[in-house]
Amino acid sequence: MPHIVSIAVSILFDGLAYAMFLFITSVGLSVTMGLMNFVNLAHGAFAMAGGYIVVTLTRSSGVDFVPALIIAAVTVGAASVPFERYLYRRLYKATDLEQVLLTIGLAFMAIAVFTYFYGPIPKSVPLPRWLQGDVNLGFRAFPSYRAFLIVLGAALIAVLWYAFERTNIGAKIRAAVDNRRMAESVGINVDRLFTLTFALGSALAALGGGLAIQLFGLTPSFAVIYLVLFLIVVAVGGLGSLKGTLLAALILGVFDTAGKYLLADAGGFFIYAVTVLVLLVKPAGFYGRE
Amino acid sequence: MHLLRWLGMAAVALAMGGYAHAATVKIGVVLPYSGANADLGHQIDKAFDLYVKLHANDIAPHKVEIIKRDEGPPTGAQAKTVTTELITNDKVQVVTGFVFSPSAIALAPVITQAKVPMIIANAGTAWITNLSPYIVRLSFSMWHPAYPMGAYAYDKIGCKTVAMAYTDFPPGKDSTEAFRTGYEKAGGKIVDSIPMGSPVQVPDFTPFFQKIKDEHPDCMYVFIPSGAHAAGVMKAYGELGMRKAGIKLIGPMDLIPDNKLQDMGEAAIGTIVMGHYARDLDNPQNKAFVAEWHKAYGPDSYPDFMSAAGWDTMHAIFDTIKKLNGDLSDGAKVVDALKGWSTNGPRGHVMIDPATRDIVQDEHAMEVYRQPDGKLGERVLGTVKAVKDECKVLKVGRCAS
Amino acid sequence: MDASETQAVLSARSAARARAADYLARRHRFRWPECLPWLLAIAAFFLLPDRMTFGAQVLIMVMFALSLDLILGYAGIVTLGHAAFFGVGAYTVGLLIARLGYTEPISSLCAAAMVAALIGFGTGWFLLRYRGLTLLMLTLATAIMLQETGNLRSDISGGYDGLPGLTIAPLFGIFQYDLYGHVNYLYVLGVLGLIFFFVRRIVYSPFGQALTGIRENVRRMHAIGSPVHRRLVTVYTIAAAIAGVAGALFTQTNAYVTLAVFDFDVSAKVMVMLILGGTGRLYGAFAGAVVYMVLEDYFSKMSPTFWQFGIGLLLVLTVLFAPRGILGLIEGASGRAARRAGP
Repeated sequence: MPHIVSIAVSILFDGLAYAMFLFITSVGLSVTMGLMNFVNLAHGAFAMAGGYIVVTLTRSSGVDFVPALIIAAVTVGAASVPFERYLYRRLYKATDLEQVLLTIGLAFMAIAVFTYFYGPIPKSVPLPRWLQGDVNLGFRAFPSYRAFLIVLGAALIAVLWYAFERTNIGAKIRAAVDNRRMAESVGINVDRLFTLTFALGSALAALGGGLAIQLFGLTPSFAVIYLVLFLIVVAVGGLGSLKGTLLAALILGVFDTAGKYLLADAGGFFIYAVTVLVLLVKPAGFYGRE
Repeated sequence: MHLLRWLGMAAVALAMGGYAHAATVKIGVVLPYSGANADLGHQIDKAFDLYVKLHANDIAPHKVEIIKRDEGPPTGAQAKTVTTELITNDKVQVVTGFVFSPSAIALAPVITQAKVPMIIANAGTAWITNLSPYIVRLSFSMWHPAYPMGAYAYDKIGCKTVAMAYTDFPPGKDSTEAFRTGYEKAGGKIVDSIPMGSPVQVPDFTPFFQKIKDEHPDCMYVFIPSGAHAAGVMKAYGELGMRKAGIKLIGPMDLIPDNKLQDMGEAAIGTIVMGHYARDLDNPQNKAFVAEWHKAYGPDSYPDFMSAAGWDTMHAIFDTIKKLNGDLSDGAKVVDALKGWSTNGPRGHVMIDPATRDIVQDEHAMEVYRQPDGKLGERVLGTVKAVKDECKVLKVGRCAS
Repeated sequence: MDASETQAVLSARSAARARAADYLARRHRFRWPECLPWLLAIAAFFLLPDRMTFGAQVLIMVMFALSLDLILGYAGIVTLGHAAFFGVGAYTVGLLIARLGYTEPISSLCAAAMVAALIGFGTGWFLLRYRGLTLLMLTLATAIMLQETGNLRSDISGGYDGLPGLTIAPLFGIFQYDLYGHVNYLYVLGVLGLIFFFVRRIVYSPFGQALTGIRENVRRMHAIGSPVHRRLVTVYTIAAAIAGVAGALFTQTNAYVTLAVFDFDVSAKVMVMLILGGTGRLYGAFAGAVVYMVLEDYFSKMSPTFWQFGIGLLLVLTVLFAPRGILGLIEGASGRAARRAGP
């Protein structure tokens, strides 16, 4: 039945592209929450900032889309370091509630500042020719941008996996997530490690923000409207787990797409139903510590 | 005797003074200035400011004092609180703005009790005007563009089958209901009707459109709230190559708001919408309006259908101030003055229907095309003259009461 | 150790015990500063007669924050779905008027409390086995799924356009509601007073102590045989009922309700207000809701577009300089003053 196959291919393809966006934007949040037990609700604000840097670079400075993405990621990653050093660090030992208050406050301020400079009208980004239109894979054509998203996501996953599982720093991060005190007592500088992962997570968020412009458009309220989505991915995947975040992004992305395609009347029910089911069975998420 | 004469003179002086008195009319403006929908408020706010700036002398010796308040999210609660206080605390004589229908619906009992006219510059749920005799609407009802589009799509665009997709909230349901009514009356066949989630959900429309693509209708009628979602529709439509597959994109003008049109790219070309305004609308008032807009806000800022309605709204208020000579204290008189009010504005000829206090305006079928200068533009293919809110004419559902 | 030393130790011990017992006995007694918020609320009625619509909204948020304090501040249950109960209460009243034509205000409040309590009991029974981020997400999903259900049946709920014209009958059959919201303000204040009295009784009861114990050390409470889950479900149900009453008052005050009462923003905002005021302190709900809403009102009049900056800055400064909330700050200051004044 070629029709059913074609539907399945559509759902898988779109779901995969969506999942890559979810993964790239959420993985930093997961590591932050797993490693330092810090609830960073300003994560979306870093993504939003990345998006606006991409808009400025491509629109005003004539930089191409892909280099703009890289510049945005690096800039936001670097800019996040002082936040971590001087603001977040004060609250590592504080309660979750204080962390929530601080980071929500930061997100509010970011929204106001970006509204001041960019206005509330949604921004878009000019794409290079090769990302417009579609690519033909023989049996059917796929939108180029989404294909790009999938390839980019896969490449990032490979790099992150290698860094996490095969390098010295990755081993240190995993050790710190598992048992912070033990890691410190064997001489790992957890503070510096955290600054590093925080910057990396923010850079990835900025990359996700830049990639999202073409998908959803960009307004200052990007900082908070997708926050729930990121938190869901983190919770379902399990705190601090790369594998878990990836699995959660894939499942939520594909299920959400399938729900939209096959059961549009159920509306937004689907993604939440999946979340509840997973968490009822596995309270700590797929790969979280129980 | 002297005393009496003095008193008499004083009385005459008072009466004269009252006549020539320069009044300051307080106008409460309630628009979403913050939050996810701030850009919608922005478009109307700019039009209000521009009108007041350019026409301040028209109402001399009277003046207006504008008090702006944040409408907040589309819950009705904050709009109700701030508007009630505009009335009770700031003593405004007119309230205007209101992007969201829930705001207007929540406020209907308040303005009825306070007898302060509410002049709606956007909120488009059809039955709002039935809720209070103090409501006057200068913008549109969802039925204004959607209902005539039904017949037009069948007769002129050649849509023998249509799939509808809409954001799952009241305006989306209204718009598709109106389109269906007009379209089926003309003889067309709706093959699918897909709710695409609530307005707060991620605007990723690809799965929905993919499903429609697999169904191969002649045309796809889409309603989304004019804002970030409009760009999302065009992206998904373009990425899926639906035009190449022979599925035309049609809808109300919310699909291609003028301030986002230039960002929509190649995919938008050929889209046909029904609407009462586009920046390219060819009439002298609009030419002047657009020129003033660019002069005030720069070449990259575009007025859209909300701005046009905002402009006409302020125009109507100013005309009322002139007509009532600055005395807007009696809400009923203000509403009476607005009944039958008409003008040639950016949208062309518009009029307030005295029976329903809703707008009567021309609806244009407009197609997106590439202008010689490389920018995207809209050209008028056909016009339906003097369209009323068909929901109230046909007495559909809540519009009947 | 000779006899006199033993005697001294024993007497010091019994003195300490007496002091502790005295403290425990006196702790729940009424203290004069507690009058202050109520006096302020009454003073506002006379001094700001034009602002009573806003005043009622503030009082409703105080009540909502108070219900959250009961579970978050006292029992340590962190939830992002408290809007579920606010919304259920709001819709109970709304549907009673719109679908059944029942407009009596006070019995409607009771109905709202009962329905919200029922939902609270049902979801609490399942969800309170979980903690942390998992609980956060589960409660959040509950609220959003209620909202989606409402949107699926918009023929009943009115969807996002809501149920309009929900005018309630005059209070006690006598007091008519007015445009200025005077009657309504007093009505809301009265209900808040009753509920506050009730909540105050709870937190100073042995049950309240057990809750604090659960917050501080769940394992120990399990170990001493305290029925932890049952107590958590009980307090969750009570808090749900109070949130339901707050939601019901919200509908009655606005004469209108839409599905937006279930929004994530509502849950998040009430939590921010409570933390701002200070958790686990009863009056933190007052301080937080009042300060947040008054400043929001003030900033948004100053600049309708950029007011969020001011609120954001307030939150950041609170965390950095008053980590236990506004009330914590006041307590700290008065404690220092007392120590300085003391011997």
